[in-house]
This record gives sequence, C-alpha cells and structure tokens, in this order.
Amino acid sequence: MNKLYSHIESIVGNVISVRADQVAYGELAEVTSRYGVSLAETIRLEKDLVYLQVFAGSRGISTGDEVRFLGHPMQVSFSDNLLGRIFDGAGSPRDGGPSLTDNLIAIGGPSVNPFKRIIPREMIRTGIPMIDLFNTLVKSQKLPIFSVSGEPYNQLLARIAMQAEVDLIILGGMGLKYDDYLFFKDSLEEGGSLAKTIMFVHTAADPVVECLQVPDLALAVAERFALKGRNVLVLLTDMTNFADALKEISITQEQVPSNRGYPGDLYSQLASRYEKAVDFDNAGSITTLAVTTMPGDDVTHPIPDNTGYITEGQFYLHGGRIEPFGSLSRLKQLVNGKTREDHRAIMDGMIKLFASYRDTLEKKSMGFQMSAWDKKLLQYGELFESTMMDLSVNSSLEKALDEGWGILASCFEPRETGLRSELIQKFWPKAAGQAETTAAVAAKE
Amino acid sequence: MSQKSGRIVAVNGNMVSIGFQGNVAMNEVAYVLSNGKRLKSEIIRVKGSEAQAQVYEITKGIRIGDEVEFSDEMLSVELGPGLLSQIYDGLQNPLPEIAQQKGFFLESGVYLKALSRTKQWNFSPLAKPGDTLKRGNFIGSVPELNFTHKIMLPFDFFGDWKLLDIVPAGEYCIEDVIAHVQDQRGAKRDVKMMFSWPVKRAVDCYVERLKPEQPMVTKTRIIDTFFPVAKGGTYCIPGPFGAGKTVLQQVTSRNADVDIVILAACGERAGEVVETLKEFPEISDPRTGRSLMERTIIICNTSSMPVASREASVYTAVTMAEYYRQMGLDVLLLADSTSRWAQAMREMSGRLEEIPGEEAFPAYLESVIAAFYERAGNVRLSDGSCGSVTIGGTVSPAGGNFEEPVTQATLKVVGAFHGLSRERSDARKYPAIHPLDSWSKYPGIMPKEVVAYAHTFLERSSEVEAMMKVVGEEGTSLDDYILYLKGEFLDAVYLQQNSFDPVDASVSPERQKFMFHLVLGILGAELGLKNKDDARAWFYELRQAFLDLNGSAESSELYQSSLNTIRGKLAALNPRYGSEAKKMLLKLE
Repeated sequence: MNKLYSHIESIVGNVISVRADQVAYGELAEVTSRYGVSLAETIRLEKDLVYLQVFAGSRGISTGDEVRFLGHPMQVSFSDNLLGRIFDGAGSPRDGGPSLTDNLIAIGGPSVNPFKRIIPREMIRTGIPMIDLFNTLVKSQKLPIFSVSGEPYNQLLARIAMQAEVDLIILGGMGLKYDDYLFFKDSLEEGGSLAKTIMFVHTAADPVVECLQVPDLALAVAERFALKGRNVLVLLTDMTNFADALKEISITQEQVPSNRGYPGDLYSQLASRYEKAVDFDNAGSITTLAVTTMPGDDVTHPIPDNTGYITEGQFYLHGGRIEPFGSLSRLKQLVNGKTREDHRAIMDGMIKLFASYRDTLEKKSMGFQMSAWDKKLLQYGELFESTMMDLSVNSSLEKALDEGWGILASCFEPRETGLRSELIQKFWPKAAGQAETTAAVAAKE
Repeated sequence: MSQKSGRIVAVNGNMVSIGFQGNVAMNEVAYVLSNGKRLKSEIIRVKGSEAQAQVYEITKGIRIGDEVEFSDEMLSVELGPGLLSQIYDGLQNPLPEIAQQKGFFLESGVYLKALSRTKQWNFSPLAKPGDTLKRGNFIGSVPELNFTHKIMLPFDFFGDWKLLDIVPAGEYCIEDVIAHVQDQRGAKRDVKMMFSWPVKRAVDCYVERLKPEQPMVTKTRIIDTFFPVAKGGTYCIPGPFGAGKTVLQQVTSRNADVDIVILAACGERAGEVVETLKEFPEISDPRTGRSLMERTIIICNTSSMPVASREASVYTAVTMAEYYRQMGLDVLLLADSTSRWAQAMREMSGRLEEIPGEEAFPAYLESVIAAFYERAGNVRLSDGSCGSVTIGGTVSPAGGNFEEPVTQATLKVVGAFHGLSRERSDARKYPAIHPLDSWSKYPGIMPKEVVAYAHTFLERSSEVEAMMKVVGEEGTSLDDYILYLKGEFLDAVYLQQNSFDPVDASVSPERQKFMFHLVLGILGAELGLKNKDDARAWFYELRQAFLDLNGSAESSELYQSSLNTIRGKLAALNPRYGSEAKKMLLKLE
C-alpha cells in the first residue's frame, strides 16, 4: 500500500499537503527531496488533501518531490540494544551506531487507567541533601526544575543521572545547545552511567518538528522498560523549548493562540507527557524530572504556570542552588516517615530556622541592630548554605541528617531548635558538650 | 435506527467532519468505525450536509471515508441502583472493569455498561396499580448500601401515566420490566429500574426550587464560621497551584454533612484521584460508621485522558447528583477543576474556528459556566420531601491571577467564594483561604453580626501590619500593636486548621461554637497589658495553649489543662468588656 505521490499541493511553514487517499490520521510518510529523505507526519486530513508536517523542515522541498506513505504512525524500536545509544528526534542514531528496526512500538500511546495506579511509596535516593532530605523525590513522581537560562540545571540533571538509584535513565534533550549535548555525553561516560542510559537528543540546530517527538520517544521507550519491571528515570531538558516548538507550529498552522501565543491545548499537551510518570503494580516505574526554564524568571508565564498545575511539586534552581522556599515535593510525606525517625523533624526544624535566618538577613540589610539570637541565626544560615545547599555534595540521607544535627549543635542550644526532646536526646551530637545538653533538656522539661 | 449514514471527510486533532445523509441532531452521539474500533463522538456543529463531531478518543488512525454510525441519542448516562461507590471515567465507563478486561492502559473504543445487568436488587413496590404517576414519582425502592434507593418513573416519561401493573416485592435485575404504565392516549410503556438521561439537560422533576438556607457543615472552621456554604448552594475555590485546592476538597469530601458525595476529577493529576480511590474504602464515615466509599461516586477524567470526555465529565457528574437529589437526598458535587473543563471547551472552540473571546475562551464561556452552576439547588419534590445538590468547583487561574475569564465568570454565579492565596500557603497557613478576600452570601452556623465583629479584628490587624512594615514596631502604639496581635491570634488558633491532625481535622459545629466563644472572649476584651514585649509573650503563650486544645479530644486531660491555662491567663489580666463585646458574647450563648 506504499503509494508514491509526486505532486505537492502546498508548502506552508513546515507543513506540506498532497492529494492522496486512504491515509490515516497520524500516519508517517517519507519525503524525498534533493537534500535527502525526511520523515513527515499526517497532522490533518481534509477530503483528499493530506497535510504533513515535515520533520526536517520544508526548506528546499519542491512541488515535484516525492511523498511515500509508510502505512504506520511514528514508531520507535524497543529492545535492550537501546542501552548506551544516542538518537535524534526522528529516532535515527546520532552516535554513528547502527539504526535499530527490530520490535517497533508506537509512540504517544493511551494513558494509564487511574484505577491501576498505586499510591507512590518509595523514595529515590539522589545523594543531594536538598532533594533527599528536604524535598524527597518519590518513585513515579513528576517534578519540574524551574530555573532560568544560565543556571546549572543541566549539571544538576547530570548529577542526578549519575547518583540516582534507578535501573535506567532516559534523557530527552530538546533544543539543547550542542555543547550541552556533549557535556551530557561526556559526564555520563566519565561517571560510568552511559551503559544504563538512552538518549534522545534534539539540538538547537535540528529541525523544530523533531523537538516535539523527543518526549514521546523517550516516554514510549520508558513505558516499555517499566512494564518489564525496570525503574526508569526520565530526564527532560528543556520543556520550555518543547512548548515553544508547539507554539511555533500551531501558529504556522493558523490556530487561534490563547495566552502569549501558546496554543489553547498547551496544558493537555504537557499533561499527556508528564502523566506518563507511573508506578505499575507488580512491574517497574517511570519517574520524570524535567527542566523548565522560566522566561524572564516569571513563574506566572504560561509554561511554568501550566506545568505547576500538572506536576507534583517543583524544584527551584536559583543562584546555583535548590531554593528551600518555593521548592516542594508534594509526595515527600508519603515516604519521609519511613526513612529515619528524625527525618521529618530535621526537615521542618532546619527550614524554620533557615526562614528566620532569611528574616534576620533582611533586618540586617535594613541596618537594624543584631541581637545575640540574630548572630546565631546568621552563623547557622551560612553553615546551612555552604554544607546543605551546595549541589556538588554527594552524601547519603543518613549522613546528611547527621550533618544537620552537627550544624544545629554548633550554632544553637537544644531548646532553641524547637525539636522534640526525645529526638534531641537520641541524636544531639555528644561532643558538643554533654553537660550543657542534658541541662538544657532538663530545663525544657 | 433511522435511515442515516455518514462518512468521515476531514480529521483535525480530536475533531472530525462527517458528510451525512438523512437528519442529524445537535449533540447526537455518533460512532466512528475505524480499524475495527467504534470511537464515540458527539456532533457539535451541523452545516449543510457536513457535521463536525468531537471524538472522545485519540483520533490517530482514522481515515477519510471511514464509516460513521449515528445513535439518535444525545450523550446520556445510565441512572439506576448500583451507581454508589463506583469509579467512572467522564463517559461513565466503569474504570475497575476496564482495568480487569484491558489491563494497565485505557485502550480507545472500549465502552462498558455503567451498571451491572446481572446484579439482583431487592425491590419493594411503593405505587399501586391504578395510581397516576408523573415522571420522577416513586414506584418502589431497593436497598443500595446504606440508602433506600427510590425507583422512579423515568424522567423522560412526560405527562400523566396510569400504573397498569407492578411486580411484587422480590429480587430483580435492573433491566427486568417491573411495571407497565399507560398514558392518556393509551400508549403503553415498560418501566425498568434503570433508564438513561442526557447529561446536558438539567433534571427538572420537582415542584419548586427553594432558597438554600441550611448550612452544609464541612467541619472546617474557616468555612463553617466565616464563609459558610448552604445545602443547595454553590461555591468556588480558586487558587494558584500548590495552594491546597485539592487537599481542601478532599477534606470536604470526607467531612461534609451530606448524604452523597460525587467527586469529579476533571483534567487534574491522576495521582490525586488514586489517593482518594485507595484511601476512601479504608476510611469510615463518622455519620454511619461504614466505609466512606459507600456514599461516594468518583468521576475521573484525569489530565492525560481525552479532552472531549473531560468536557463531558462534569455533566456526567451533575446528572448523577440530580438523580440522587430526586430521592430526597442531599448531594455534594465537587468538581476539580472547572478551569480544565473550560480549557476543553476552548480547545474545541479553536478547532471549530470560532471567533475567540478573552484569552481565546469561547464567547459562550460565561453562559455555559452559569448554566452548570445553576444545576445546583435545593428543591421540594412532589411528595413534599426536599433534596439538594451543592456544587463546589475549584478554579485554577492562569498565573494565580483571579482576573482571568474562568474565575470571573464563576464568581458571578456562585454564592460563596473561597479564594486561596499563595502568600498564605507559602507561610504554611492552611487552609489557605484568604480571610479578607473571600466572601459568602449564605447563612452559617454562627450569628452573622458576631462573625462580622470577629472579622473586623482581621481587617484592622492587617491594616496595622501594613503600617508596621513602614514605621516599624517602635512607631506603632501599644493599642494598635495589641490589635495586630489579636488578629494574628484569631488567624493562628481559629482560621488555621491542621487537616492531618486526627482531632483538629474535623471540628463539630458545637465545638466550633464553644471555641469561637472562647476566642471572642479574648478578642473583645480590653487587656491590661503593659508593653509590647509583655503583650507578645502573653499572646504567644495563649496561642500555644489554644493549639494544644485544638489538637486534643474533649475527653482528654490535655484538653482540660489547656482550657484551664487559657482561662487562668485571661483571668490574670482582669479583662474588661465594652458594651459591643458584651452583646456579641451574649449572642453566642
């Protein structure tokens, strides 16, 4: 049924149209022009006119070029051979390896029946205290990293990729600068994680249509691995480029824009990707971390705004650190009661004190006098920032908790922390002055 | 089936155009036959010999020329015993059964019966042969879980009908004919326990609509005392993401003082529905002692499920709510979130290439939202009993800005507004309902003047706070400072509530009244505090005692000791009360 059509009726933006029959919505075609062969996807049918979105863009396509329909929608190969490989947004190899054609699966499949989902219950350890301790990442969670251009969000993703305790990592790059792509490749190689990684990378130089395919490719593969029992971490960077690609294409298709030029279905488009995060009963899971750079550092911009309504919390990456305020893992309560008994108390207690530190900082900047308590807070805040918030730290949750107690002990007396006495008795570092501690506890009681 | 046929002539996203012969009705359901599947769709525009339909499934794979089958019916839901404790998608497909048959994924083109055809119900007749019946009149009843489910003359039996015969008490399935009726012209019809009703038409089998006046207790202090909701009323909860809309709705769905709760998860996260799905069966309803699931129906069309059925899901939910209201029950419908529903309309309007209104929402947005909320109401039925549908909808305004069209259109038609603020949720002040922005037109459990009196403390406290930011604590007078502390105190011990604490999570109206009296005794008092440090310390200690009180059961020792501490601290200051404060305190007793 692979009919060949050799007359293109119209070329508008990246969309061409041909007269053809028996074409299914979503079907894939190959367009052969003098610059090579490109894939194209059917995005609209109207009587006998078929509108196709050309992956490689329409530049150089002539009305006399050939269009051949393939009889199937966009597919990707799925097998263990994918591991360690790098592909582009059309699913072709980017690493010089052989192209894979075995066991093809459709992308953008149906959503999971909510009834078959389970309540998330396991944490994913990343070795980053600001995540593990304060905003725990949970298996099957979908979390964006809200950031601005220039922040080290890709470095953070690479660290998580190397340190996270998962079976498999799938990286989807959208509109990546070429050097960022190389950075990911090199750091994963150096960290020895490349063998458990699959990359689908669309760089800024590639055609914009391919950018739209990246999340679907990555998630379709992730879904299959998860069904086979693997715990998959999907890293997407940068979803803003994805949304901008959506905008570009919908506008060239003359769709009515809703908000700042973005299409009205932006929410649904983002949700259908993010909602692929899942924990299958008796099988594996998909956890998604996605970078969203906020244009103009504005969280009310349509992209971060719609994202925030979809995802289960967010990390704010600001000034090279994960901000303790604004960052939120909505699922952390489901897991952090099962780690160590002091986890929740340290999490709340340290953040409360850090909030007081920020207030003191403000007071200080306005020239108010610093009390003894203020000075303690300043000392605490600096210690907290340099040890806990530093993203290059790699320490286990337990170590980070101990360190938290250490910081508290070096700045405060036990009763000043507002922590429960039984925890203080058990965890307060003994070296910090046994006599003082017990006296303080006694005083409190 | 009538003599009409159609074929696909265009596909654009989830909208298809159908070339047809014969007569086609607006909002008629049609099935697209594609690749061996029947994809449900709804006609949303007819023009000449072409009709546009929104498809409730992914449209991938549809071809030009695919056959279309018309059903002659509008999008309907099945009504009858067996709805309670079910979990449906937006088109009333039972999700557990689909999971059983199809596994993890929601394949397209799979439609299952909403109600079990084989389950036997213990029917007892209420009407006798010879009775004249109108639609909605009770014919009999079956026990459904904890309720007496009334079997009614189907809502589409217009006019007067004479009951010819009715089956004796016994076990029947919902498709068994239980009675025969005849209208004045002699036409006979069978009556079964189930029937269907088009979702976009409001059920209107009642004598009159009454004013919503009786408060619906939610056991959340800030709602019941300050911004009450009445049975049969409407309210909306707009708020930015992360402000706690969904938690607030979950808490309400547990504690609300109604017979039946219908949760419509419309275009929101699947994870949140899952929590409800898995937790509700485990929680017992304090009113009946039975599982909370037994009084709940969940309509679940999460964000990644097809957009067109998201649009349908709120109607599916409200139709079921009206059905149970017709039995004289109080029903609460919680829709989360109506913004996603509005967005679904916007997507479709865009595909239809309609001229867009504000932010590309269709021009009919306001009237559609108004019509939806108007389906709430308190009604008197023909047998004199009353039933109500209360609708609470969350709104997710873009950027947290309440000026956007969906929030504004909703505010026009609701009776109470619980605006959530980012400021309060960031400060972990939950529930994050903003006490100064929110309002309610309904009578609550406390006298209106007393609530207004307490509210003035919040207003003045916030004024002093704003002033203090400029002139500092030093530049504020002691009286103003105490006013500020009083407002903060009211906020901390009464407005804020810990929904994870077993005691504080749900506070009975009696306890609210007692506590409110106690709080008012402090707000209204002229306290002999000497300086700001003393005042702050006194209020902090008092707050601590109040929080202990909030977290302890009335029978516990801590409750008594905290209460004694509070009374002792107040007595120590020798409080004096002005005439207004005295009046208010009296009103509460």
